[in-house]
Amino acid sequence: MTAAISFAGVSRHFGDVRAVDGVNLKIGEGEFFALLGPSGSGKTTCLRLIAGFEQPTEGSVSIFGDDATQMPPYRRPVNTVFQDYALFPHLNVRDNVAYGLMVRGDAKAARRAAADEALALVALGGYGDRKPSALSGGQRQRVALARALVMQPKVLLLDEPLGALDLKLREQMQTELKSLQRQLGIAFVFVTHDQGEALSMADRVAVFNEGRIQQVGSPQDVYDRPETPFVADFVGASNVLPAELVARLTGTSAPASLRPEAISVGDGPLTGAVESQSFLGAATRIEVNCNGLVVKMLLPKANPVPRVGETVSLTWPSEALHVMEHANG
Amino acid sequence: MASSAPISDALWRRPNLLLFLLVTPPLLWLGIVYLGSLFALLAQSFFSIDEFSGLINYEFTLKTYSELLRASNFDILLRTIAMASAVTIAAAIVAFPIAYYAARYATGRWKAVFYLGVMLPLWSSYLVKVYSWKLILAKEGILNWLFETLHLAWLLEAYLAIPVLGGNSLSVSWTGTFLVFLYVWLPFMILPVQASLERVPPSMLEASGDLGARPGQTLRHVILPLALPGIIAGSIFTFSLTMGDYIIPQIVGTSARMIGQAVYQFQGTAGNLPLAAAFAVVPIVVMGIYLTLAKRAGAFNAL
Repeated sequence: MTAAISFAGVSRHFGDVRAVDGVNLKIGEGEFFALLGPSGSGKTTCLRLIAGFEQPTEGSVSIFGDDATQMPPYRRPVNTVFQDYALFPHLNVRDNVAYGLMVRGDAKAARRAAADEALALVALGGYGDRKPSALSGGQRQRVALARALVMQPKVLLLDEPLGALDLKLREQMQTELKSLQRQLGIAFVFVTHDQGEALSMADRVAVFNEGRIQQVGSPQDVYDRPETPFVADFVGASNVLPAELVARLTGTSAPASLRPEAISVGDGPLTGAVESQSFLGAATRIEVNCNGLVVKMLLPKANPVPRVGETVSLTWPSEALHVMEHANG
Repeated sequence: MASSAPISDALWRRPNLLLFLLVTPPLLWLGIVYLGSLFALLAQSFFSIDEFSGLINYEFTLKTYSELLRASNFDILLRTIAMASAVTIAAAIVAFPIAYYAARYATGRWKAVFYLGVMLPLWSSYLVKVYSWKLILAKEGILNWLFETLHLAWLLEAYLAIPVLGGNSLSVSWTGTFLVFLYVWLPFMILPVQASLERVPPSMLEASGDLGARPGQTLRHVILPLALPGIIAGSIFTFSLTMGDYIIPQIVGTSARMIGQAVYQFQGTAGNLPLAAAFAVVPIVVMGIYLTLAKRAGAFNAL
């Protein structure tokens, strides 16, 4: 199977800054793929390398097996939904959506019909005559989506697509994007710094840090079996136990991750004083200081909550401790 | 606590009073001095002059306006409007790449160099610049010397032989007047165009390319429409400044007059204030028509 997108040893340097550093990556056809990482980790630069807004300093980018390294953006079979939507303010919604068809030279009636169809797909039928400035944030994003989809791209790129929306709208759009992707069957590549978003939407996730890929895998893999302390901490704010402690507990000298929700109060190997607690609604988060190692735990609502200052012993099921044997740090 | 700043406190409690105090002096200035003189001018243009006594006849008449249509006067209007149009179009063409570079690529030090380069000529006297140009364009000037050194004197002579555009030398030709106008008003075109381009986010140009537009198409369908309000703003300056100027065509160019010179002569030596006023109304009317057409053509849609 040819990959929809493939990166071979791709680096992008800006002066001394290695925004992307030796990335190898394959994204399959019809895959919902997330590039996850903190800001400045190189995930957005990777997306821009696929779109063609950046050229790699080293390595090559292929799209469906064709080398696209030197291909300008307007020749690539991919389309982008921009973080700020980048709608053209001087055109109405329909002309915005039809823009790609217009520059391609489609007849006016044909592109009008295609634009209206794409607007109906994103539930904005009847909004064609409005100006983008007359729409809400969520509606603008749907217009940006329709404008990209009307080009029938082989890969759709989304740059922090939900970042500017409020919580309720974001959850709704997550579901809609997911079903849209299934319906169209094309690859969606989206950039996000929100691990919850990446885990809930993506088929596979690539976790970025400092220009490098830390781990690629399914959401379950990345969450349950992090390969590096960074992934453990960034995806789901796991506890990272140092190698010496893990050696004492399991006999293997390597750092290990321990999910906060897997820990409970009871007779266990770690003991410490409760440092803080914060009520989150469905659960309470507690930080326990065990000889300088601050262990985060998440207690579901039904459990009794220890007071701050109280000394507690912590326990967890043995399979919850994931030893990161290949971690370099 | 005793109030140590009673005026600040009083004004804070009555923000409308503050606004009134701030706005009244400039409004009085604009209302009386500026609009008042404009109306006085407009009123003058509806009076006429008694040809025998030379006295102004203070009765409403359109006779003065009909005089504008006399061949010698009408030529002045056409000539001025043609010159202002040519200067405006050329300024837009020359200014756009400079403004585009400054808005898109120049950062830090280069941005400072840009602003300095554009503004610096405005710091020196307008007369100094115009006389410098007279020297540059004169028969013994640097431009002639350059053409001769490059063995291209024949080219300059061929150009000067063209009727209307040419003449004895560049400094006494319409081309010379045009070049000086273009130079003197160029900053007034560059700055608004640069400001309008500055407001176009880079992602918008990327989006255009992403949707399949070649750079030329992006320029035509995205950059130019979004820069149009700036170009229109700049053209208001270049167009109206050219139409009203009476010094440049007097120093550089032919003896044929432009509107500014006509106004100067009719209100001064000729003592025909009504006709001078009627001439002065023409640029106002032309600008009004121009802006109406621009608005109707959608030039301000991107605002």
